[in-house]
Amino acid sequence: MTTPASFANWKLFVKRWGWWLAGAVALAVLIGYYYAKSPQITEAVLASTLRQSVPLVLGALCGLLGERAAVINIGIEGQMLLAAFIAFLVNVYTGNLLLGVLAGVAIGALLGLLLAFMSVSLKIDQIIGGTVINILAIGLTGYFYKVGLSAHGKLNPIPLGPLTKIPLIGTVLFNNPPITYASILLVFLVHYVLFYTPWGLRTRAVGEHPRAADTLGINVYLVRYVNVVVGGALAGLAGAYLSLEAVGSFERLMTNGRGFVALAVMIFGKWTPFGAWGAALLFGFASALQTQLQFGGQVQIPHQFIGMLPYLLTIIVLAGFVGKARPPAADGIPYEKEG
Amino acid sequence: MSEVLALEVRNIVKRFPGVLANDHVNFALRKGEVHALLGENGAGKTTLMNIIYGLYHPDEGEIFVNGEKVTIDSPHDAIRLGIGMVHQHFMLVPVFTVAENLILGAEPTKGWTLNLDAAREAVRRLSEQYGLEVDPDEVIEDMPVGVQQRVEILKALYRDAKVLVLDEPTAVLTPQEVEELFVIMRQLTERGVSIIFITHKLKEVMAIADHITVMRRGKVVGTTTPAETNEQGLAAMMVGREVVLQVEKSPAKPKDVVLEVKDLVVEDERHLVAVDGVSFEVREGEILGVAGVQGNGQTELVEAITGLRHIRGGKVLLRGKPTPERNPRYLIEHGMAHIPEDRQKHGLVLSYTIADNLVLCTYYKPPFAHGLQRNQAAIVENAQKLVGQFDVRTPSIFTTAGSLSGGNQQKVIVAREFSRPIKLLVANQPTRGLDVGSIEYIHKRIISMRDQGAAVLLVSAELDEITSLADRIAVMYHGKIVAVVDADKVTRTELGLLMAGSKIAEAAPAV
Repeated sequence: MTTPASFANWKLFVKRWGWWLAGAVALAVLIGYYYAKSPQITEAVLASTLRQSVPLVLGALCGLLGERAAVINIGIEGQMLLAAFIAFLVNVYTGNLLLGVLAGVAIGALLGLLLAFMSVSLKIDQIIGGTVINILAIGLTGYFYKVGLSAHGKLNPIPLGPLTKIPLIGTVLFNNPPITYASILLVFLVHYVLFYTPWGLRTRAVGEHPRAADTLGINVYLVRYVNVVVGGALAGLAGAYLSLEAVGSFERLMTNGRGFVALAVMIFGKWTPFGAWGAALLFGFASALQTQLQFGGQVQIPHQFIGMLPYLLTIIVLAGFVGKARPPAADGIPYEKEG
Repeated sequence: MSEVLALEVRNIVKRFPGVLANDHVNFALRKGEVHALLGENGAGKTTLMNIIYGLYHPDEGEIFVNGEKVTIDSPHDAIRLGIGMVHQHFMLVPVFTVAENLILGAEPTKGWTLNLDAAREAVRRLSEQYGLEVDPDEVIEDMPVGVQQRVEILKALYRDAKVLVLDEPTAVLTPQEVEELFVIMRQLTERGVSIIFITHKLKEVMAIADHITVMRRGKVVGTTTPAETNEQGLAAMMVGREVVLQVEKSPAKPKDVVLEVKDLVVEDERHLVAVDGVSFEVREGEILGVAGVQGNGQTELVEAITGLRHIRGGKVLLRGKPTPERNPRYLIEHGMAHIPEDRQKHGLVLSYTIADNLVLCTYYKPPFAHGLQRNQAAIVENAQKLVGQFDVRTPSIFTTAGSLSGGNQQKVIVAREFSRPIKLLVANQPTRGLDVGSIEYIHKRIISMRDQGAAVLLVSAELDEITSLADRIAVMYHGKIVAVVDADKVTRTELGLLMAGSKIAEAAPAV
């Protein structure tokens, strides 16, 4: 009944992983075909897919850390936006990119603390708490934004030596700027923490049956606080990615709904880091394709329609394909201690 | 008292707003004994245990563990002192495995990583040591309730519990599972574990306890042993007066068929078949009891009959006429009364006053409505009459239903349903969670409805309730009626076996 990985259990293995395997092979064949046909475009689309997925996967990790501990965070959009702005401002006034990123992470964590305070301690409806953060971020960034500020550079790709020489994979995977690398590492890290450490076990218990955790001496409030704050830091990193890595500047409302798409990504990924990564890549691909179609000029469709692609995908995925995804049982319910 | 006690509490006082939940309670647990804590709901048993387990903080009093004075501020402290608790509603994470639930909060690790192998090993070691068989890799939600309970006990043993508190452990078990639990409890006490057994079931106390402490209204009434007393005596101690345990009733005089259910198929929320081709009939002047362990389709059956749930196949006929699907008002107007399983969710609007709750079925008709307007005077008059007639203890008829005790809430429902002219009564778990006094009252009322010629469908997981009220008994197992038997021709053991899914020759259908 344990992992059916051994050869003797190959039937079970095929039954369990067969569809995934078939999908992966089909995908590889498809990519190979297009790479043989037009290598530059394929490379560009795939590299863009990865980069477009970065804020989504970071946002989704933020969302799932919170929801695994039963705190719904719909303020990811606001956390990203304010973090993008603060990261940009710090960079403008200090000239330092690292300080900018750290400031973004810190402000994301701070907004996470605000959300945790509202939803865990004050037990405000979590949807309202998240909305407060979104409105706050739009208001603050809109009010303090000044036209004409410019960042001192942006985070540049760091080629990983000889690995970049591998055709296709090298350019796509091993020649990326730092936050893109970080986002991939974070997927693995969050998966490890969530499923292989005591902290992760406790987090999931708090999200499923907080009273059970409480009766075993686990501090439910502390677990929720820490997860929401760490999640906020990840959303902050996504914000810093947008202003200091992707664009190198700040624009009003530059998150453009990515915080909400990140929630769709989290749900599509069934509240797991790898699921979220896969979903984020799918959405990233939709965005990359959209850009390619708009500027490639091969297709004669009004650009407004092509621009809808990622959002259309969100709606289709959420309406039709989520299926039996089961959120943590206590998701969104504030915890009341007895006595 | 030279003997060192496993646990002792002295003069515990706990106040809640408006209630003295524990009033100078004294309680002593000897090593290696089963000590039953008996009392009605609201007597303060669970409050006392929550204090011992650190979930509540006492206002006054002292706690001693192994003769030493201790303070218990949190479950963490209790666990450290060797106190384990098996809660009435299991504290297991349904999507976790046995091993994961076992180690939660006290996880063995290798470096930073959870050591699940050590957890599995611990499950096996404890299972063997105490004779509690479970598979460490099974997921909780796929397990029968009785086995889940074993996991709860293992959880406490894993934390080296020397004192084990079992809060109403038999409420969810079949009679056979109760027997198994008692065997386990004996094995535990032989290995030096002391057990506090909280219950309101007299039979079980007589069967297993070494000592019995009875609580009433926050106070300890007395401590006794099974040898010194009997069920009658214990019931009198619990309630404070003599109680009739066996309801008096005359033989049934069944007449015309009122409710007929034919090949009924009903699905649950997950679209799985919950009621699987069930047929039966209930006649005027008889009580058909539906026995079965909770979760075998009873809830869905009742909801389909009372018009609350979609019917997938088959028919429900009321006095020979097919009932329109999902139309409770039709049923109510044609003489159906319903005491729902969850009185707080489906029986009452908790935020409404008692007066308004009493007209929930009839508010739109004269005399309670004049066209579009409500007739407040008639509603008040109705409430005053029913509150007196059905003995609802409330400060006022304008009190909200949510602030009443469980027993009084149930009386409000009974008053509402029984005050209409009814042909059919569907009662699902009508006395769940009620005290002995209220149970006695509700039972009398149900019998008198029968004697007035109503057909009664009684669903209950309490075997005692079924055997003392029903004229015929239908046993439900996995969505099917496995047998219909006359109540006076069947033993508890046979019923227990049927409820657990086994077929016996004696239990041939006797419709």
